[in-house]
Amino acid sequence: MDLLDPRVVHKEHTHPTAGLYLRIAVVLFILTALEVAAYEVARREGMGPLGEAVGRLLVPILVLLSAAKFALVAMFYMHLKQDAKIFSGLFVFPLLIAVVLVVALIALFSVVHLVP
Amino acid sequence: MSAADAHAETIYHDELPSAYTGLDTRKLAIWTFIGSECLFFASLISTYLVYKGKSLVGPLPHQESQCMLHGQLQQCGAIFEIPLVTFGTAVLLFSSFFVVLALNGAQTGNRKRLIGWLGATVLAGLFFIGMQVYEFYHFYHKGLGYTTNLFGSTFYTLTGFHGSHVTLGVIWLATVLVLAIRGKLPPRKAVNLELAALYWHFVDVVWIVIFPTVYLMR
Repeated sequence: MDLLDPRVVHKEHTHPTAGLYLRIAVVLFILTALEVAAYEVARREGMGPLGEAVGRLLVPILVLLSAAKFALVAMFYMHLKQDAKIFSGLFVFPLLIAVVLVVALIALFSVVHLVP
Repeated sequence: MSAADAHAETIYHDELPSAYTGLDTRKLAIWTFIGSECLFFASLISTYLVYKGKSLVGPLPHQESQCMLHGQLQQCGAIFEIPLVTFGTAVLLFSSFFVVLALNGAQTGNRKRLIGWLGATVLAGLFFIGMQVYEFYHFYHKGLGYTTNLFGSTFYTLTGFHGSHVTLGVIWLATVLVLAIRGKLPPRKAVNLELAALYWHFVDVVWIVIFPTVYLMR
């Protein structure tokens, strides 16, 4: 598909409805509540096996939930789903570099000791 | 097409910056800027994560520690207040919802919807800034200065830069709100709000990453 095809460019005028925006806001709120709930379950003592499991999986759970929230805002509120694909490219390409940067630096500093 | 429609069409196209791609060059510019901002915040988040758990003295985010307070070594509690920040996060998320409704109002010529929801967005942004100022003030009085420890330096740098972006976003949106109130934001100029809204959503998605990374990961 041609990223600069006028038919693609003009798709930007078909934005979602207010009802869809509201449903996305509710989903975002629920995902945030789940993040905080996972944190609280992992933090509190006496939660039994559930607390231990959530404690072990807290980081992956938070990464997944925040990635879902990020994608919803980018696709629907920032209109990347409807707009010209070149805008998605301008956002996603640096975003991928950013993710690689974060992972590479964490990996690098996990093997290099800061304090001898 | 009537003469009036043809005239309106001419005006509409005159308002758009011309580009052989057919794309609005202002949107192209804001998306390029947002892409560069991704790398800026990635470096700050990386720095926070690299130094996470390497502070030699308190106060610390999630656990009790020894810290210097009023010139004396004391036992300090965990510094974060999750309920307050969670509420601030929810307000910022809903502000993204408010601004898309305002944009919808601008595009459809519904002035009441535009002004109402844009005003709500500005208020939500001001609340978030207030929450952050209160948090910084509270942390400072609990003994966490900018140079107290690695946690303090990286935390204030990351969240401070985000807060300054929120502040710029509020100023931008408030400027557009004034234009809307003066009746200078007709549907053909809705892209002026769309640019500010894109920046605002970006500030929101950055916080979506910062909130769990800084406040919830132990």
